[in-house]
Amino acid sequence: MENIKNSRRNFLKTSAVASFGLALGISGFTKDASLKKISAAILKLEINPFIIIDTAGNITLVNPRPDMGQGSTQAVPSLLAEELEVSLNKVLIVQSDGNGKYGSQTSGGSSSVRELWLPIRKAGAAAREMLTTTAAKRWNVPVSECRAEDGKIIHTTGKSLTYGELADDASKLEIPKEPKLKEAKDFKIIGKYNRRLDVPERVTGQAVYGIDVDVPGMVYASILHSPAIHGKVVSIDDSETRKVKGVLQVIKTERTMPHRTSEAVAVVATNYWAALKGKKALKVKWDNAGYEKSLNTADYFAATTQAALKPGINFEEKGDFSAKFAAAKEKLEANYETPFLAHAPIEPENAIAHVKDDGSVEIWAPVQGPDWTLRDVCGYLKVKPEQVKINVALLGGAFGRKAYHDFVLEACHISKQVKKPVKVIWSREDDISQGPYRPGMLSHMQGFVDNGKITGFHHHTIGESIAGQVFKGLKEDEADSWIGGELSVENSKYQFDAASKVSWTNVKTDIPVVWWRSVYASNFGWGQECFVDELAHLAKKDPLKARLEILPDERFQKVLNTLAEKANWDEKLPEGSGKGIAVFKSFGSISACCITVTKKDQGVRIDKVVSVIDCGYYVNPDNVKAQTEGNIVMGLTAAIKDGITFTNGICDQTNFHQYNILRLNETPKMEVHIVDSGSVPGGVGEPGLPPIAPALGNAVFAATGRRIRKLPFDISNLG
Amino acid sequence: MAIYNLSVNEKKVKVDVEPDMPLLWVLRDFAGLKGTKFGCGMAMCGACTVHLNGQPARSCQTPVSSVGKSDKITTIEGIGDGKMHIIQKAWIEEQVPQCGYCQSGQIMSAVALLKSNPKPTDTDIDAAMSGNLCRCGTYDRIRKAIHRAAEEIKVSESGIGKR
Repeated sequence: MENIKNSRRNFLKTSAVASFGLALGISGFTKDASLKKISAAILKLEINPFIIIDTAGNITLVNPRPDMGQGSTQAVPSLLAEELEVSLNKVLIVQSDGNGKYGSQTSGGSSSVRELWLPIRKAGAAAREMLTTTAAKRWNVPVSECRAEDGKIIHTTGKSLTYGELADDASKLEIPKEPKLKEAKDFKIIGKYNRRLDVPERVTGQAVYGIDVDVPGMVYASILHSPAIHGKVVSIDDSETRKVKGVLQVIKTERTMPHRTSEAVAVVATNYWAALKGKKALKVKWDNAGYEKSLNTADYFAATTQAALKPGINFEEKGDFSAKFAAAKEKLEANYETPFLAHAPIEPENAIAHVKDDGSVEIWAPVQGPDWTLRDVCGYLKVKPEQVKINVALLGGAFGRKAYHDFVLEACHISKQVKKPVKVIWSREDDISQGPYRPGMLSHMQGFVDNGKITGFHHHTIGESIAGQVFKGLKEDEADSWIGGELSVENSKYQFDAASKVSWTNVKTDIPVVWWRSVYASNFGWGQECFVDELAHLAKKDPLKARLEILPDERFQKVLNTLAEKANWDEKLPEGSGKGIAVFKSFGSISACCITVTKKDQGVRIDKVVSVIDCGYYVNPDNVKAQTEGNIVMGLTAAIKDGITFTNGICDQTNFHQYNILRLNETPKMEVHIVDSGSVPGGVGEPGLPPIAPALGNAVFAATGRRIRKLPFDISNLG
Repeated sequence: MAIYNLSVNEKKVKVDVEPDMPLLWVLRDFAGLKGTKFGCGMAMCGACTVHLNGQPARSCQTPVSSVGKSDKITTIEGIGDGKMHIIQKAWIEEQVPQCGYCQSGQIMSAVALLKSNPKPTDTDIDAAMSGNLCRCGTYDRIRKAIHRAAEEIKVSESGIGKR
């Protein structure tokens, strides 16, 4: 994983300076001078989170990870509350605004707990030590006679002082460089079931999502995008649009994606319905020349299949795979395909931008990272970070989509022209037909077995590179390390005695692509885990035993054995039923899944899904389960619901009637089990997804003898 | 533009809007009730579900002109009668929401289900809830929360809860 992380950083060229602050004894954000002093001191100590304890004892955490449903607004304060010895409901949360002093602030890569596990705990522990030292001094007693508990420092005699009473003096102390962290056995919050404090507002309609934000003087905009995404505007007839009551202006605008900018037309109105109605009445002629061919998924997948016939660029190779494959007696070769997918968060993309005459800019938007948004707004409007204020609202789902800021920049472009705060809301049709999408990918698989064991394995990964398109960071002769790193022996832990290889061929497309929940793991888990299953059958081995033989890693063994036990892998099933398994490591966590299916008419029905996850230390077991349940549903959707296709330059899907996602009545029974490995924290938001589709494909094979190699497939009719 | 006198959560609301404006946008942008959500604009996702005279309705497909003066509109803000509704409590007990965006619509559908059928089977829940999409995938917990709320209703009706 390390190489993935590093290369991602290189692509981003982030200039993140870890200048966070722990501010004690300051009421609010206003005393800038003292804040700066303390931040500077902190910089050296690498204590990251921005914690403020004011003299009234209020504890504020500036949360550097926006919440899109993954639970960061509980997980991050839990890390602080644990070390600071306060209850979770005592920590007020303020969302960071993208300012460089807070460092990395993007929810993505299942990073919240993984990256903040030590820094936030250290900050909490440092504050606790400073408060304890201050109390000991004031009482003139040894520090060892004082302990922190529930927002107070308590002496052995029973006398106590609140954090608020101590904060001012404590802030004058030097910040301990290596504060003593609590031992896991003493945890009161971390690892324990705790209700999310943000649930009540989400069941009463009180939670304020990006789309719910209003600012004074605001107007609304609806945008007509090119049906071929990159087409050029030839002419605009807005005569009917101007008749719609509430429409103020029709203006030419642009949609700026990381790799190119497209033309678009905006309808600005006093209310959103008028803007939408005005958009429907627009008559715009587009020049889509050339895109009929380059926005065409059939052609794209034909090109990936062609690419599979030629060698790719090696990411890693152990042994001489090609020679050994050529000489092998028992071998298989197959192509596995995954489609383009839209993220389709139920809250569509939306943003308010106010570009003011003095050059300053204010943004209100549901974005995954205020820091990335700030970077993109500054780059786009050619303004300095100090001229921009980013307000992150709650995200109504994102799954990667809201870390791509085309919709924010559109709001900027329109606001600059109309000189007012402008709220852009994408329609569902915009969301589904315009991208960016998870790229469709091809896995060209080769493998062989020897003496009943899988000993040779080659995964040739083929398709568009997210890093290449979004960051223009991939060289012609370079294998995409986000993919290679994940499938490498180091990460996958598969040990093939004879030879193994991971290779890559870049097939480019004009279809915009971006990360989607679990990124490439959602594509390549399918090829890897179905093909291991195929080879297990070739070796005449039980698919679980075949995996255990080539996965010596202790954590993988424990995950698979736990899954076998919980899913009753060895049970004798009736004719027409079958179980399939798959295991995949992504974002530092190992997840495995077992799915049971039974023949029904021309297809199968899913009887049960059992998932197991080892994510190392975790904050809230209930949230780990919730995220894994969500991954089961999203993983099944990706396997058996609609993909995104383009024909002659146009997306074939426009709304949920053509881009179906799993519904409650289609959701099978599910169970999630956590393996407590006590390892360093791994991700939770994404790792549960990659094993779902292959476990289902393998179950279909077990029940019916039909091997599915292309997603999505029709589960009610296997053909 | 035309004047419409609406009854929303048992309060009178007067708006001056185009007759074809969907109730969704009237509620959100003119009545200041943002709990009802926009998801698809074609009654495919259920995020905009409200009650019209107690029946679930997709407000994105309900022109304001089709709503009469005497029609009672109830939104997520109005189901609790100042307190948490039994369904909302069950949602908290089961920790249903992730992002939470679709949950207003989910809850409106569930409240209507329990009103007409206080002891729904899994099949009843399938039928009543299949029109509400959740991209976070909270369906398993929604099912559990509805069963839990049904149990609570049973307990309170049998008098056990009324001491």
